Amino acid sequence: MTMPFYVAPEQVMKDRADYARKGIARGRSLAAVVYDGGIVICAENPSSTLRKVSEIYDRIAFAGVGKYNEFDQLRIAGVRAADLKGYAYSREDVDARSLANQYASILGQVFTHEMKPMEVEILVAEVGPERADDRLFHILYDGTVMDEDAFTVLGGEAEALNARLEEAWSDSFDLAGALKAAVTALAGPDRTLGAGDLEVAVLERTDARRAFRRLEEDERAALLA
Amino acid sequence: MFSPTDDPGPNFAELLRRVGLQPPTPATSLDGVLTITHGTTVVAVRYADGVIMAGDRRATSGNLISHRAIEKVFPADRHSGVAIAGAAGPAMDMVKLFQLQLEHYEKVESSALSLEGKANQLSSMVRNHLPAAMQGLAVVPLFAGYDLARGTGRLFQYDVTGGRYEETNHASTGSGSLHASTVIKLGFGEAMTRQDTLDLAIKALFMAADEDSATGGPDLVRGIYPTMATITEEGFERVPEEEIAGRFGELIAAMSLREAERTTLIAETTSDHGGLQA
Repeated sequence: MTMPFYVAPEQVMKDRADYARKGIARGRSLAAVVYDGGIVICAENPSSTLRKVSEIYDRIAFAGVGKYNEFDQLRIAGVRAADLKGYAYSREDVDARSLANQYASILGQVFTHEMKPMEVEILVAEVGPERADDRLFHILYDGTVMDEDAFTVLGGEAEALNARLEEAWSDSFDLAGALKAAVTALAGPDRTLGAGDLEVAVLERTDARRAFRRLEEDERAALLA
Repeated sequence: MFSPTDDPGPNFAELLRRVGLQPPTPATSLDGVLTITHGTTVVAVRYADGVIMAGDRRATSGNLISHRAIEKVFPADRHSGVAIAGAAGPAMDMVKLFQLQLEHYEKVESSALSLEGKANQLSSMVRNHLPAAMQGLAVVPLFAGYDLARGTGRLFQYDVTGGRYEETNHASTGSGSLHASTVIKLGFGEAMTRQDTLDLAIKALFMAADEDSATGGPDLVRGIYPTMATITEEGFERVPEEEIAGRFGELIAAMSLREAERTTLIAETTSDHGGLQA
């Protein structure tokens, strides 16, 4: 009988984390910024059909970077969980915090128990009636949840992007200001990104039931001008 | 999360079945055992800009009025509406599930269903409800919407088995539907204006309430009027209550005037007659 080689658990975890991080770094990044009228989520995405940012529920949006099929599966799981909860209880009872916890447990479970970890980083954003009620939950491939209050960056070069956005950030941002800051941070010093390279959606602080809205190319161009 | 071969896809009803939240079907007939609350008359009429849907506000349990102000006309999504008649509890649940199903599909698939697809979806929901209908909980909805692809309003009527019938001009369901649809049939014209169509629907509901005890007329004491909504290219929009109240006022004034004329006429004839006798 052959015995498998002993590999230290630390090494196993490190290898998995490296594998996931490499996968995520291959894709393009994404930023979410809170502004006076809601939350804007901006992704670098040349495709206009394969979405990175989408609606989960009335006031909740989802965004993912990394492997498309994996975060899309997570997106659908989120829509299902939210719709089921809203049906069984009430629409008001669906919130981003519990959804983020569910995502964290799925990702944590997959990270430790499956053959390969998910090569994704996801964002669950919720717009509240007041700015103080806005929520940004950034969840990593291993199930780590981070709760941000002004902006967050997902993707490979998150640290550099975070620093750039930190520098540009102001708490009096309107939509155009927030979007410009996000785009500049995503582009970095050596590149410029046009309206056609982006996918942008907002969660608006409105009285309408569904707060999620995609910005079409002409509107993106007008805001970036 | 489901495995790819076992995935319910964008189907919310199937998802409910999987997680065991599907509403149960009563095992025996409820007729005569329990009194069931029923909703009554709803109508839909096509006009120049789309469709108008309207419904009275009464719910009855046997021969008692159980609610004076229930709603029977609901938005299904942005460009369609659903109106219900039949057992009120299951009907409300069916509407809630239908609204959710359309939104769920839209979110999972990132595109909305076609109007035809929505109508078929409702048809399968009514069909799945058949076992409950057999036990006395029948629900018969109306579905109407603005077809963005064709640029016109469309309406669909259903039967209790889930049969789906597209109507060209108008549709109605519920206990007062016979009277309501006769009024609409006589007054309908091609490409009517919003105002004329609202007036026609109001007259239809008034006449249905006049003949059918389960249909509620305008409640002038409490200020409760039928609910009405228009569905056009701009989407589903409720007609403001003041507007409905105003139009009902006009109808009632016109009918009172006619009635008064008739009574004077009768009085005159009888007094003439009396004069001859004397």
